[in-house]
Amino acid sequence: MADKGSKIEIKAFLLHLPLLFYNILIQSTMSHIGSYDSRVKDFDWSVSEKELDYKQGDIINIGWYCTDRICQMGKADKTALIWEGMSGEEKRYTYNDIRVASNTIGQFLRDIGIKPEDRVCLFMDKIPELYLGFLGILKIGAIAQPLFSAFGDESLFIRLENAQTRAIITQKKHAPKVRKIIDKMPFVEFIIIVDHDSCKPLGEKELSFELEKSPKIDKFEIYPTKAESPSVLHYTSGTTGQPKGVKHVHYSLISQYLTAKWVLDLQDDDIYWCTADPGWVTGTSYGIIGAFSNGVTQCVLDAGFSAEAWYRFIEKHRVSMWYSAPTAIRSLMKAGDEIIKKFELSCLRHLASVGEPLNSEAVIWSEKVFGKAFLDTYWQTETGSIMITNFPGMKIKPGSMGKPFPGIIATVVDPEKYEPFTETGKIGLIAIKPGWPAMMRTYWNNEETYQKKLKNGWYLPGDRSSIDSEGYFWFVGRDDDVINTGGHLVSPFEVESALLEHPSIAESAVVSKPDFVNMEVVKAFVTLKPGFNADKDLELDIMNFVRKKLSSLAMPQEIEFADSLPKTRSGKIMRRILKAKEWGEEIGDTSTLEND
Amino acid sequence: MEDMKEIIKNYVIKEYVEDDTVIGFDTPLISGGIVDSFSMVSLKRFLENKYNISIPDDKATPEAFDSVNKIVKLVNEFIK
Repeated sequence: MADKGSKIEIKAFLLHLPLLFYNILIQSTMSHIGSYDSRVKDFDWSVSEKELDYKQGDIINIGWYCTDRICQMGKADKTALIWEGMSGEEKRYTYNDIRVASNTIGQFLRDIGIKPEDRVCLFMDKIPELYLGFLGILKIGAIAQPLFSAFGDESLFIRLENAQTRAIITQKKHAPKVRKIIDKMPFVEFIIIVDHDSCKPLGEKELSFELEKSPKIDKFEIYPTKAESPSVLHYTSGTTGQPKGVKHVHYSLISQYLTAKWVLDLQDDDIYWCTADPGWVTGTSYGIIGAFSNGVTQCVLDAGFSAEAWYRFIEKHRVSMWYSAPTAIRSLMKAGDEIIKKFELSCLRHLASVGEPLNSEAVIWSEKVFGKAFLDTYWQTETGSIMITNFPGMKIKPGSMGKPFPGIIATVVDPEKYEPFTETGKIGLIAIKPGWPAMMRTYWNNEETYQKKLKNGWYLPGDRSSIDSEGYFWFVGRDDDVINTGGHLVSPFEVESALLEHPSIAESAVVSKPDFVNMEVVKAFVTLKPGFNADKDLELDIMNFVRKKLSSLAMPQEIEFADSLPKTRSGKIMRRILKAKEWGEEIGDTSTLEND
Repeated sequence: MEDMKEIIKNYVIKEYVEDDTVIGFDTPLISGGIVDSFSMVSLKRFLENKYNISIPDDKATPEAFDSVNKIVKLVNEFIK
């Protein structure tokens, strides 16, 4: 029997239905995708190739498609990028501006000797040079290696060493982290500082490059990259070993363009805001490539999170398409509904979310306060583009991942035999048939690990899910120990290794812990060496140690000092037991436990 | 009060500033990108250890941590 509270909720839901159906009707008739079922039928990626005037064997350069082509389509004077900085300063760039600026950066890199397929790291906040530099690197056929600017020196070093990066483009505020490790990196030849203070001397290997003071390059010979030419190297974390460099190619554009058009439903008059940092894949696939190749106006806010600042930004720039993350959405929920009333947000037309599963409460909340539900999109660094998603106009089941994008063959397989389940509702591993344009081509210098992701003809993203009778996917969890905190993957191995470098720590084990805003946060269990006392000051010292070495994301939010850690008889620490305790789950089989 | 302001400001500079960025008592820390939302946890832990207080999670908002002056105001609410 329903109690009074749930009766009220049911009544509110029923009252809400006409709006829900109205939204579905309007979205399905006005959206680019139109009918999902019709699009799935006989789908071929040539749909995207035709729209982009690309034929097999042609030159395909993402930098050209995102700038020159849009100008040639008559949109040279259209605003491409509206950028707002931390103190409210604003810069605007037309498509012709970003064409010329990316040429200018490309010419600078070419002049210092950067060659096609050289790795050029972008280590910056979300400043215009990050977006323009990314396109400039691609235009000369080099490989863009964006790294999150909050990375500490150890995280930075591991990724630069693996890629044998030749040049780093950075800001003066981040240059000290590069300087700390430069002696260990003979392969790095250039550290390019985009805002160097001319009163100060440049350090070893350092060059100053100021975009606004550089001669503008209008005519530029773009390197004739082909479909399989490498474009972007993003790093992602796994359960074991060091972070892996995910290699993408220029042909990824075919997926990124079409998914941005059909899922994010980018319309010509949209003002689009992708809140992701280009240090991560969403920030490049949809914060640069998807947006600019569709010729829309996008805006960027380079400032820390605050609910008020975000709503003000939407109101000020009349944002109509908003692509964000569950962590941000839950932070906005936490800030409350009252604050929303201070802003005029009727400009919002379409909302989507990525990074981690979007819980049903967040979907229902957004429908209530914005009149639009955030549509969950599922994909990862390795897939390069959206795989399973909710579409505009589709019936939304709050909490569901939605259905595969047309052309994506996705299923759930048995974790032992890697064969698709025939019954609905069974939990197994998500599996995707390889071959879509944006799929990673390999892990950089690590083909062996790449091959392990392919089983029985399927690519396995490492997530568990079920499929219901209507074909909707329902996320269950990761199939490994990787921690998804705020939509970013953190390797427990990397954190454990960093912890062991702290002088006080003898042993470490790192697991995820549930968190309302970030879904999961990092929790560490440690044992101390003799002579060290477990106290609050030591805990803080360890937290800061990891933060500076790796990043704030990897910093344990809680450290538990233990006398010993659970181990197998062969001495391997059993993270599984510690994790089960954190999540209130059954501990399971402990027969291999050392002293059970 | 002045001592507390200086202590917190110096801690922020020591722990969260890599270059020679000048930090004042009203410099935006969170919205200014100097301290990110994950790092706020370590700053909160420092304040709790230093002043022997406990700041509830719902009070530890990005707005309440957005400058040294705002942090001082927050800490003073919990000092007995």
